[in-house]
Amino acid sequence: MVSMSASAEVIAEFTEKKYAAGFVTDIESETLPPGLDEDTVRFISGKKDEPEWLLEFRLKAYRHWLTLEEPTWAHVGYPEIDYQAMSYWSAPKVKGNLKSLDEVDPELLRTYEKLGIPLYERAILAGVAVDAVFDSVSIATTYKDQLKEKGIIFCSFSEAAREHPELIKASLGSVVPYTDNYFAALNSAVFSDGSFIYIPKGVRCPMELSTYFRINEKKTGQFERTLIVAEEGSYVSYLEGCTAPMRDENQLHAAVVELVALERAEIKYSTVQNWYPGDAEGKGGIYNFVTKRGVCRGRASKISWTQVETGSAITWKYPSCILQGDDSVGEFYSVALSNHRQQADTGTKMIHLGKNTRSTIVSKGIAAGHGKQTYRGLVRIAKKADGARNHTQCDSLLLGGACTADTVPYIEVQNDSAQVEHEATTSTISDDQLFYLMQRGLGEEDAVNLIVNGFCKEVFRELPMEFAVEAQRLIEVSLEGAIG
Amino acid sequence: MNLLEIDDLHVTVGETPILVGLNLRIPAGEVHAVMGPNGAGKSTLSYAVAGREGYDVTKGDIRLGGESLLALGPDERARRGVFLAFQYPVEVPGVRSKPFLRAAVNAVRKARGQAELDPGAFLKFLRKTLESVRLDEALTNRDLNSGFSGGEKKRFDILQMALLEPRFCILDETDSGLDIDAMRVVADGVNAMRTPERSMLVITHYQRLLDYIVPDVVHVLKDGRIMRSGDKSLVAELEARGYEWVTSP
Repeated sequence: MVSMSASAEVIAEFTEKKYAAGFVTDIESETLPPGLDEDTVRFISGKKDEPEWLLEFRLKAYRHWLTLEEPTWAHVGYPEIDYQAMSYWSAPKVKGNLKSLDEVDPELLRTYEKLGIPLYERAILAGVAVDAVFDSVSIATTYKDQLKEKGIIFCSFSEAAREHPELIKASLGSVVPYTDNYFAALNSAVFSDGSFIYIPKGVRCPMELSTYFRINEKKTGQFERTLIVAEEGSYVSYLEGCTAPMRDENQLHAAVVELVALERAEIKYSTVQNWYPGDAEGKGGIYNFVTKRGVCRGRASKISWTQVETGSAITWKYPSCILQGDDSVGEFYSVALSNHRQQADTGTKMIHLGKNTRSTIVSKGIAAGHGKQTYRGLVRIAKKADGARNHTQCDSLLLGGACTADTVPYIEVQNDSAQVEHEATTSTISDDQLFYLMQRGLGEEDAVNLIVNGFCKEVFRELPMEFAVEAQRLIEVSLEGAIG
Repeated sequence: MNLLEIDDLHVTVGETPILVGLNLRIPAGEVHAVMGPNGAGKSTLSYAVAGREGYDVTKGDIRLGGESLLALGPDERARRGVFLAFQYPVEVPGVRSKPFLRAAVNAVRKARGQAELDPGAFLKFLRKTLESVRLDEALTNRDLNSGFSGGEKKRFDILQMALLEPRFCILDETDSGLDIDAMRVVADGVNAMRTPERSMLVITHYQRLLDYIVPDVVHVLKDGRIMRSGDKSLVAELEARGYEWVTSP
């Protein structure tokens, strides 16, 4: 039997371990004072050396944003956000133009090492290229040269705007227009950095591409902008990861991600989101308000979203597919976890426009502590979408009595030949199950993890191997102490 | 030497006292049967030994191999060699049987200071054991107990018993819901596990099971206490006269 003080130590260790990415990097940054007006927008655009048309895009978005009101329909509650109280630009100070990683501040490199994302190519997980975004700027992108040989462009969004303006101009805002919603408009005005990926016709990207987002500076919002264009017959698998330091204040991450898949192209987009969730009492944490949408523009194209959402104080996120090309396929696989005071309102939209389009939705919501989980999903079958099919599976697992899970499906069918199926379950871990597993020698946490992993496995198996392991570990860490 | 010793055990469930001064000694290598009418506290006895939450020991002690179990959780007791075959094995959807079995086997092996089994070695061990309870390996590719028939569930529990190699086994009404053929298979599996070191406690309503698993000692549990103990001839007597005539310890 463990003595009282020893078990208290174990508990303390768990609590401290709980958010391992919560450290702050001590680095000199150039940070804009809080506040947002047209000058802020011009400053950001100027910092990035952007072409005039892009500044115009930002300004139009900003002016439109001023006319909008923050949406309130989501099942989440939070104090009013003061958009004038946060900074819209923060970047670690660098001297001149960096030629290689050796010139990057060692403190930054150490940050990514600590997070398990080494930026030196020789140290990287085999077959994964990384773009590292720190606050408002991209620090480094690896394997660029090898990818270039195949004609693949993988770089920061800022670089793409300078080096490949024609590609950006053709697609920016084509899937998520700046008029789309409040946060998309805000993002379009002040977006900082993110990744740009271009896969040429017929090319199968030989490695996983990934972006690692890190918020470091306090009182700073991060406005990620990512664009992926997959030409005819191409394939790419992309993964993003996110962390932030533990702070008492809330910070905003308002991203826009646009995906374009042309004929027979396939984009697989995976997210392991581990923004700081706030403490057990709900103090601090990231507000994760993002708009992610892909269009299957060409025939028989495919977009697949897989997300594992364990972090953030509040998640407001609906990665969606517009199935425009005939025979195109959209998929959404999601595990979202809310522990303590976390709130997640997440789901997807599958918009079937083309004939014989198919979509699959598998959503797994886990709520523990005082967590709030809402699945919100729209399946729309348009008039001309003959033979469209959707299958939705929506499962909730409740751990403990103080958490909640809601399912809010919207189904709009305008074509008689459509097949739409929706299944939903809500379950708990019963005392009987826990006792049965423990009677076989498993510790309580192991028993809970076994059940939770079983609950999530349909989604985990969609993730690239290394990240599936990481996702499983994250869920386990996030649920430590959730039962008992 | 006694493997299991229960002294003056008082167990309360909620506010209700169920066991009120139960004494039991089971020497190593012996099989004891506990019989008794409904509501006598038979399942409470098995849960109290296995350490289920909500079964509060208010007085007395339970020792295995001389060590008190009372301060230990159900998982720690299992790792020390207590195994409970459930009256109603629990379905755990989403949890695949095979990985679960390996996790359980390795948890107890680790506690015994044995090397953990890698997937290959485990599979060999599993296949050999499956044969002994006449279960198909296909069952282990399904979710734990999910959609198993009543007989499959019981045999699957006996499979786990054989895999975990416990020191002390409790069979809680393992015969309930089994037809005669299934019961024979279960009994054969149990009998194959009788060794000079291992003890068993067989809880049952009926004589039937005890024709197949022949006990060394039979106890009558009534009103929260062991009222009478004897050899297996007591079974026939109970069958003939019912529990009514057993009135005092």
